[in-house]
Amino acid sequence: MYTQALNTSDADDRNVEDAARAAAFQARIGADERIEPNDWMPAAYRKTLTRQISQHAHSEIVGMLPEGNWITRAPTLRRKAALLAKVQDECGHGLYLYAAAETLGSSREELVDAMLAGKAKYSSIFNYPTLTWADIGTIGWLVDGAAIMNQIPLCRCSYGPYARAMIRVCKEESFHQRQGFEIMLTLCRGTDEQKAMAQDALNRWWWPVLMMFGPPDKASQHSDTSTKWKIKRFSNDELRQKFIDATVPQAQFLGLTIPDPEMKQDEAGHWVPGPIDWEEFKQVLAGNGPCNRDRLAARRKAHDEGAWVREAAAAYAEKRKRRQFAQAAE
Amino acid sequence: MATPNSPLWEVFIRSRNGLSHKHVGSLHAADATLALQAARDIYTRRGEGLSIWVVPSNAITASDPSEKGMMFEPAESKIYRHPTFYDVPEEVGHM
Amino acid sequence: MPIANIQVSETPLVLFTLRRADDALILGHRLSEWCGHAPTLEEDMALANMGLDLLGQARELYSYAAKVEGKANDEDKFAYLRDVRQYRNLLLVEQPNGDFARTMVRQFFYAAFADLYWRAMMQSKDATLAAIAAKSEKESAYHLRHASEWVIRLGDGTEESHRRAQTAIDDLWSFTGEMFAIDDSDRGLIDAGIAVDPAPLQPQWLKTITAVANEATLALPASNWMQQGGRSGRHSEHLGHLLSELQSLQRTFPGATW
Repeated sequence: MYTQALNTSDADDRNVEDAARAAAFQARIGADERIEPNDWMPAAYRKTLTRQISQHAHSEIVGMLPEGNWITRAPTLRRKAALLAKVQDECGHGLYLYAAAETLGSSREELVDAMLAGKAKYSSIFNYPTLTWADIGTIGWLVDGAAIMNQIPLCRCSYGPYARAMIRVCKEESFHQRQGFEIMLTLCRGTDEQKAMAQDALNRWWWPVLMMFGPPDKASQHSDTSTKWKIKRFSNDELRQKFIDATVPQAQFLGLTIPDPEMKQDEAGHWVPGPIDWEEFKQVLAGNGPCNRDRLAARRKAHDEGAWVREAAAAYAEKRKRRQFAQAAE
Repeated sequence: MATPNSPLWEVFIRSRNGLSHKHVGSLHAADATLALQAARDIYTRRGEGLSIWVVPSNAITASDPSEKGMMFEPAESKIYRHPTFYDVPEEVGHM
Repeated sequence: MPIANIQVSETPLVLFTLRRADDALILGHRLSEWCGHAPTLEEDMALANMGLDLLGQARELYSYAAKVEGKANDEDKFAYLRDVRQYRNLLLVEQPNGDFARTMVRQFFYAAFADLYWRAMMQSKDATLAAIAAKSEKESAYHLRHASEWVIRLGDGTEESHRRAQTAIDDLWSFTGEMFAIDDSDRGLIDAGIAVDPAPLQPQWLKTITAVANEATLALPASNWMQQGGRSGRHSEHLGHLLSELQSLQRTFPGATW
């Protein structure tokens, strides 16, 4: 469950077709009313939401891959069942989100095709590899933890279908982070080798997880409209800070070191991180992360190899309809 | 080549006996049988259901939000349809 | 130093339970390999559900085998620390996923058997096995329904899907006889009313398979030559690779807790 602040600005917001309707729309948003699929909405609102929800859906589906990489190697049957159920949940979440995006007028197939063509983004975090079992713990603990920070406010976002999908998602996700933390705790209480494995995973995932919240507020001039429309309720930096403050004590509990020698606590008690390497973030988003090509290739392969199955189901449905029609005509 | 669209279905679930079916979400399936199975596999994984309906999304006829005023506002003034409209002395007891 | 295989005292009841547990684990593992790669999101959910059902059956059966054996073994030791020659599952369930048609036909053959078998096992004089059977029967019944619907659609869908489904049936057919075979170890349990003789279930199984195949416009092979060996640990080459993946962490880090 992962959304990332990737929104770019919508210049076409300026040529809104109908000023009066736009004002009425903004008044509804102001009154905390939910917007529903058939309601009038500015074209830019529709476009922004379609992009954000579909990116969110793509992230869920691509996000199945790094964790799915360990389903067949999970070290106990209990862990295997939990991981399979978790990755399955992500598939479900992608499905709910595509359905929410479809209410805005694009079909799931169009949205998926755009992703497979490399034209739509998904969360940068899934372009990093899962090398050890500790990565599975770390993803649950940190990636899901970061995702929850993002998603809880989305349960109150202005677009009804998105908000409802997020409520369902957040409810189902409540076990994901706990599952991850439990894996980490077991590793940290295990052998020296296991503890080293946990620290190594934290070292590799920490900075990419901080990047999940998107560019710093001063560099992201584009979230203004999203805020105005109550799609976004907290800024990237606010959410990132909230996440760091929640996570540092958890790392301390595990006996792990956050790989940021410059991090310090300010007078208000907030943990202030050292500088984030935004060049890396840009590169990963641009397709140059360690796994971008592998992830897209895996999704394309599943899509292409599934084509004959989808065609068979459609052909059979068509045949059955014809037969029923013929029977009725007799 | 663009992937052909597959039919969209709306899913309604009765969570407990005595409750009515409630809309829970949507899914894609080529036909009704597959839609029903998919609804079971997607929307009842945590024991949420006892009965499922699936309906082709394009079979739903919806009211037009722009006609909200004409459709629903006339009901608002008919307050005599609600029990609170009538005064019954307290001594009469619950009625 | 890799950890040694566990030793199992294969008394008839332990062996019987392990055979069922291994069937469920290996087939569940195969289904879990689909996660993230299925033809549609809806089917990805369905395959994972079936995998989780089977994984659950395996865990209950392993735990019971451990209890009956009464040694230091447990579900994870059975799953992770037995070599290919110690595994007792059917050859059918270890066959690779192949394409979606092969996965569904494999599921169809097995579920049509498991549904009948677990239903009969609900009468077992062993209360634990009867309880596991009652739960597994419902799960298998749904797996059979789901797989049958797909076999029908693939068989009667397009030319390509028909060809793929027919190939899957032809390739997997010779692994179906093993489901109905028993050995000396089973015989005593069957006589005692603890286990069920699967042989009398075969006609009903064949009836189900034939009805679905007919509807799917698929043909069942005429050959009656059946492969055997899984129940005594003579497997196909595929199982070793599956186990090397399944067991990799337990084998690499002996004695660690996960």
